Amino acid sequence: MDQIIGNISLLFEFPVVNLKIVLDGIMIGALFALAAYGLALVWGVMNVKNLAQGDFVISGGYVAWWLDQNGFPALLGVPVAFLILWCIGWVIYKLVISRVIERDLFTSLLATFGLAIIMAQILNLMFGSDTQSVDLGYETIYFFDGFIDVPIAKLIGVLMAAALAAGVIIFMKSSRMGQAIRATAQDARAARVLGIDTEKVYAFTFSLNAAICGAAGAIIVMVWVIQPFYGITHSIRAFVIVTAAGLGNLPGVIAAGLGIGALEQYGAHIFGIGYQQAIAVLLLLIVLIIRLIQQRRKRQSLQ
Amino acid sequence: MNKKVAFYAALIAITILAPFLFPDFRTQLATVWLMIIVALTWDMTGGQMGYNSLGNIFFYGTGMYVAAVIAIALVYDVGEYTNAFGGGTYSFTDPEYFTGVILGIIGAGVFCALTAFIVGYITFGLRGPYFAIGTLGVAIAAGELVSNWDWVGGGQGIALPVYPGDLDIGKIFFYFLFAITGVALFVFLKWLYTTRFGAAVNAIRDDEEKAEAMGIHTLQYKLAMWSMAAFFVGIVGGISAFQLIHFEPLETAYQTINLGIFMVVCVLLGGKGTLWGPVIGAILFHVFKEVTWNYFLGWQWVALGALIVVTVVYFQDGVMGWLMYKKPEWFGIRVDKKDITAEADA
Amino acid sequence: MNTILEVQEVSKSFGGVSANKDISLTVERGGITGLIGPNGSGKTTLFNSVVGYHPIDSGSIKFEDQEISTLPVQKIARLGLLRTFQQTRIYSAMNCVENMLISLPHRKMNFRDAFTRNGNEEYERADRLLEFVGLYEKRLLLAGSLSFGQQKLLEFAMALMNEPAALLLDEPTAGINPTLINGLIDRLKRANVEFGITLFIIEHNMRVIMNMADTIYCLAHGEMLAKGSPDDIQNNQKVIDAYLGAH
Repeated sequence: MDQIIGNISLLFEFPVVNLKIVLDGIMIGALFALAAYGLALVWGVMNVKNLAQGDFVISGGYVAWWLDQNGFPALLGVPVAFLILWCIGWVIYKLVISRVIERDLFTSLLATFGLAIIMAQILNLMFGSDTQSVDLGYETIYFFDGFIDVPIAKLIGVLMAAALAAGVIIFMKSSRMGQAIRATAQDARAARVLGIDTEKVYAFTFSLNAAICGAAGAIIVMVWVIQPFYGITHSIRAFVIVTAAGLGNLPGVIAAGLGIGALEQYGAHIFGIGYQQAIAVLLLLIVLIIRLIQQRRKRQSLQ
Repeated sequence: MNKKVAFYAALIAITILAPFLFPDFRTQLATVWLMIIVALTWDMTGGQMGYNSLGNIFFYGTGMYVAAVIAIALVYDVGEYTNAFGGGTYSFTDPEYFTGVILGIIGAGVFCALTAFIVGYITFGLRGPYFAIGTLGVAIAAGELVSNWDWVGGGQGIALPVYPGDLDIGKIFFYFLFAITGVALFVFLKWLYTTRFGAAVNAIRDDEEKAEAMGIHTLQYKLAMWSMAAFFVGIVGGISAFQLIHFEPLETAYQTINLGIFMVVCVLLGGKGTLWGPVIGAILFHVFKEVTWNYFLGWQWVALGALIVVTVVYFQDGVMGWLMYKKPEWFGIRVDKKDITAEADA
Repeated sequence: MNTILEVQEVSKSFGGVSANKDISLTVERGGITGLIGPNGSGKTTLFNSVVGYHPIDSGSIKFEDQEISTLPVQKIARLGLLRTFQQTRIYSAMNCVENMLISLPHRKMNFRDAFTRNGNEEYERADRLLEFVGLYEKRLLLAGSLSFGQQKLLEFAMALMNEPAALLLDEPTAGINPTLINGLIDRLKRANVEFGITLFIIEHNMRVIMNMADTIYCLAHGEMLAKGSPDDIQNNQKVIDAYLGAH
């Protein structure tokens, strides 16, 4: 307890520490927002709540890590992970997801949970259960007399994430497939009647989501750590963001992602790094409870 | 009537004799009963009431810890005991051990039942997937928080005393603890599902808004059902604590991706919303698990994950569901295929 | 005359759209009251407000002289005010008899009753009511396998089983084969007379509602347009205009 109080008072004594925590949080939060965007995409288009989201991320991370281990430039990992995860996502869609779309929501949830377990275990078998990371070896910029350190690697990570996000958004707005996706998200039956091949749209969307997660994971391994069993926490984070921001709300998703990143860093600072996973999950419960209270005022339930 | 009595008598006989007929499989048999119990309890809120929880394992882990803490606290200071993990200086006399076991297990059940009331009150406003993820979150959070709590041993967990006496007798002892709980649960549910309470719970599953609109006290029923389920899960958590002797918070107690999801698969395999479904499913699942462990070593988790996906996608109604579809007469269901389009007589 | 349901100056809007504006009406005990109006006039919103499906923005709703606008759906149902659904909601995985048994009034049971089985008395009552609506032969079939019209009758029977004081019916004849509507009207009237249940009915079918109701209210554009006996309403120019679309 004393430790906690000590940590909190540090925030007041040295306000600049707040800036550090927020910056750290934002830099990692941008990546959470990416994964959350993918989750919202799949959710909105196919009404599938993908609990394997985090495992796509971690898989992408391992792609980049493996490249780095074998002498390739790690940054190449981002596009390579994008492509590999795209293919994996497509296969998973055809084998599993396509059969659970029309069913009730628990089925899709449980199926993706099963997938998450399979993926986590395969990664564990392939790469072992140590946490891994890739050190790009770039320098760090220091501000405020060394209180704040911004590793250039993290900065590059955020920029890549932003570029990827921008690319996806432009694609959704201006390409025909992007329009088809948005139409299907609004009303699948109407889209079908108007000649859109919803099956293709679904496959594309799911693969795109997997690819986005893969790229995000490739970035994460360079700025943070990955481990085969961290997947479920990433999935939960994405879920928290989408629940907090609402489905169609892109700026909300970004804000919530950054917010969660910052909140987790605050939690880690105040309570200790061992609590980081717990905080991510507690944020989920808090968001759900807040939503519940809002719904109760309207006498509805949270479906 | 006679066929039924003979049937159940045979089952009871098998239950009692099994550990003696198959002495090498005592622990396995105990595990089968554990699976049966967690499957039946999951089905109480899941298949019967429509609230699919992914966090029932929360009660298992909590039951473990409560039972352990009670058993230790009867004799020693808990904090000291857990600190001296593996210290070996803490011993229990036979009466202390057994008192601890009995009180611990009962305490675990009661505590979990009460906790279910509180957790349920908060989470039952959530429906469908939100309820599933919310309960999963509760279970993960509990595991993470407990692993940071030194008083109960933090990440290392707790080490309980070994069964005093012949270890083989000990295995029989734990087998019967599980089996008795299992039989009691089965008999209880067999009765419960014939009462108005059981019908109301099914109504909540079929159409909760309709049930509310007809004036049913849905929240009371939901809380009661979950508390009763939590009671039994807490009890088996407690029994497991003493059987396993040593347990850790994330891997053993709050094992969300192992037992936590196994219980769901058991029910789906066997057929949810039925009395025998979870039982059949638990047995089938256990056999599958043992086979894959022996022959797929290294890939057993992948095989299990694949079983989950295949069951969920292709075999969702389970064994009982398949039987009810093929032979509805066995279950008293009447489906009149000719009459679907005709209107009712005026 | 005795008022069982009193709606005073009730308003409800969703987002920026006003669905009900200052609606006032009374439903007399033991009678049959109708609620008509063109599509989008706010009838179902008003029903939903009365049964507690959502809170109202302003106004008061009293049932048996008790304010119910702040109560949730279950509490209002337990006071004896029930509603049927436009899309007909029944428990599809149970058979008709089970649907009936689950509809026993829970306000009349205490907690211990919940753990008993239903006895002969209850089964007989279920059978009688199923006979009343003409579903006796189908009583052991799964409710989900019944036709839409049969499900409507089942829902009605379930409502009767619950012994309500008042029943709000949302378009009871919608989707029913015209040759069977007479049978339904007949049963509604009998339920009103024999069981003493007050009926408050939303209807689009003019023939039906003019035939049944003592008093009719007409809504248009979310506001109360007219009130009167069937004759008054049929000859009311404002009502005719509202339906034909002339403003």
